[in-house]
Amino acid sequence: MKKKGLWLSLALVFGLTLSGCNSDSASNNTNKEDQGGSKGHEKLEIFSWWTGAGEEDGLKALLKLFQEKYPDIPVENAAVAGGAGTNAKAVLASRMQGNDPPATFQVHGGAELNEGWVAAGKMEPLNDLYEKEGWMDKFPKSLIDMVSKDGKIYSVPVNIHRGNVLWYNKKIFAENGLQPPKTFDEFFQVAEKLKAKGITPLALGDKEPWTATHLFETVLLGTLGTEDYKKLWTGELSFDDPKVKEAVNTFKKMLNYVNEDHSSRNWQDAAQLVGKGEAAMNIMGDWVKGYFVNDLKLKVNEDFGYVPTPNTEGKFMVITDTFGLPKGVKNPDDVKKFLSVLGSVEGQDTFNPLKGSIPARIDADVSKYDEYGKQTIEDFKTAELAPSLAHGSAAPEGFVTKVNQAVNIFVTQKDTKTFIDTLVSASSELKK
Amino acid sequence: METVKTVPERNVTVVPEARKKRKWTVDHWLAAAFLTPSVVLVFIFVYGFIGWTGYVSLSNWNSLVPDLSFAGLKNYIYLFHDFRFQADLRNTLVFTVLFIGVVIVLGQLLAILLDQKLRGESIFRNIFFFPMALSFVVTGVVWQWLLNPSTGVNLFLKKFGLDSKWYTDTTILAGFHLGKIEFGVPVAIVAVVIAAVWQMTGFAVAMYLAGLRAIPEEVREAARMDGATELQIYRKIIIPLLRPITVSVIIIMAHISLKIFDLIYAMTGPGANFVTDVPGVYMFETTFRGNYYANGAAIAMIMLLSVAIFIVPYLISSRKGGS
Repeated sequence: MKKKGLWLSLALVFGLTLSGCNSDSASNNTNKEDQGGSKGHEKLEIFSWWTGAGEEDGLKALLKLFQEKYPDIPVENAAVAGGAGTNAKAVLASRMQGNDPPATFQVHGGAELNEGWVAAGKMEPLNDLYEKEGWMDKFPKSLIDMVSKDGKIYSVPVNIHRGNVLWYNKKIFAENGLQPPKTFDEFFQVAEKLKAKGITPLALGDKEPWTATHLFETVLLGTLGTEDYKKLWTGELSFDDPKVKEAVNTFKKMLNYVNEDHSSRNWQDAAQLVGKGEAAMNIMGDWVKGYFVNDLKLKVNEDFGYVPTPNTEGKFMVITDTFGLPKGVKNPDDVKKFLSVLGSVEGQDTFNPLKGSIPARIDADVSKYDEYGKQTIEDFKTAELAPSLAHGSAAPEGFVTKVNQAVNIFVTQKDTKTFIDTLVSASSELKK
Repeated sequence: METVKTVPERNVTVVPEARKKRKWTVDHWLAAAFLTPSVVLVFIFVYGFIGWTGYVSLSNWNSLVPDLSFAGLKNYIYLFHDFRFQADLRNTLVFTVLFIGVVIVLGQLLAILLDQKLRGESIFRNIFFFPMALSFVVTGVVWQWLLNPSTGVNLFLKKFGLDSKWYTDTTILAGFHLGKIEFGVPVAIVAVVIAAVWQMTGFAVAMYLAGLRAIPEEVREAARMDGATELQIYRKIIIPLLRPITVSVIIIMAHISLKIFDLIYAMTGPGANFVTDVPGVYMFETTFRGNYYANGAAIAMIMLLSVAIFIVPYLISSRKGGS
């Protein structure tokens, strides 16, 4: 009896294990078939890193709009937390490598899309969607170029962020009788005066090194000008050019004016210093505005002001979030429906006022945006566009990672020669 | 499977006692049947994947497109020339030595104090053991707040004129140049060690307390009869008797500290000038941010080897001791 019992239990365990494996895959299959058969739609998985205040609200409003238009398509918000996509990009890479792409995912226009996913052969072209929706003249040509490779368009831009913005605390500037700086000379004069009064002139939070890279790229743009700045990424201008050296030295000088605990802060913590009046200025993209307004409840042009970073008046460091169609998804038609909502005037005006960015379309409803948004929409029309390095638009991810490392070392060691040598040797990544 | 089958068969022919052998056979079969699935799974998902990682680390796969052509030791050579990886090795060494040292000393001390038959012992035991229940990520975030130079305990310390920078400090004590890096104790590591010690000491206390309880009272009494003081009893008898426990604690703590990732990632990240970077964090960023899959695999292999240096001798010695 005892023996029989043992054998029985053994058989049971084995059976359970097997049926466990089976039922798992079987139920998955039937689920999919059910959805495929009765509803006609598979879950639409929207992958992004929009989990912060403002950006999450924007995304949810956009998904709600889509659900109103297509109530029969189930949507899943598959957002992964982490600033600038730190963690989301890792999750995405492993899913794409494993041939399990999300229905559509957030990707920065420029090298991140073109040299990354498109070059790896993981994306479907979307030219037919652009023609069907009549988008070719609704998005600025320079923006379409950022999401195209070899004449094929690979994603739909949903927003535009400006990277080269200097945010400043209005109260501190008024109390000390200072004007926001427009050139590097003015910046250092202002910074010196603030430092003399015991106020931290520039807030930096480079716990994640991309923020220091972000500061560096605005200095590069301000020193080199748009043309030469762009040439860096095509290899036409070498990183040991004297102008790059000048930019590195300016960057180095700026680091003398940052808060001491910068390496323990992230970008929100740094912006917070300016918002709360503990530091005077912060150089960061305009998602800071969303953070100021949504989280800290500050008022545009009352509590904080903004100007382009030194020497970048009339220049626009453009960061655009786009969504594309990965190869091998099971419901490409549903994805295209989502992309068409994303690219519509309604979709862009639902999303962007909440996110704090400006619409990628030129015919969006300006009245829906705040003071900052209106001015940025105007600036965008006339400004020279430059791709952002820190946010993957200018160069492939591999190069960006190496620059982040080099910047991290430079921030402490302040060794110009080593920094430039590293940049030069890393630039071999660009010609891939 | 083959070897497992032969053992009971041989027993059937050799051992004459029928009752004994049959029972043994069934048990043996059962054991084998229960173990086989997990053995197969472990071989695929542990050893198979270690092999795959090793294979990738020797390839040219350093972009989004898989490229498994043979690259030799290129990825390893690159790493050992890399500033960041050299800094990582220094940090790991410093972290491991400080972390294990403090955990052992503190664990032993607290266990001995707890062993003084005081009242409410179980409350103290729980207090010391509770941090173990938290994940390293939680510990990291909490200690990051506590040690933030402009908040937490530091506001208090500032009143006494102490302006500690904790993990934002980039100075390296007793530094001399070795390779590309300054070799010494990075001050920022100390902050991370504090958090790690806070979390893991309870475990060492539990281990030592069990060890202390296993020492028979007769031993102490015999020593007292011989006129030894309490201090001498601990120094000459108890602590030497706890040595096997120390070895176990070292092994367990070493493998935690050599592959640590979550605590550092949540608390400091790589840190300015990579003063708190460790191979785990570098591996993550290289592989999943930079898409340098082969380089990342090489870092993972080096981490595996560094743990193996501790574990393998232990496995060999415990096997010898057992048989």
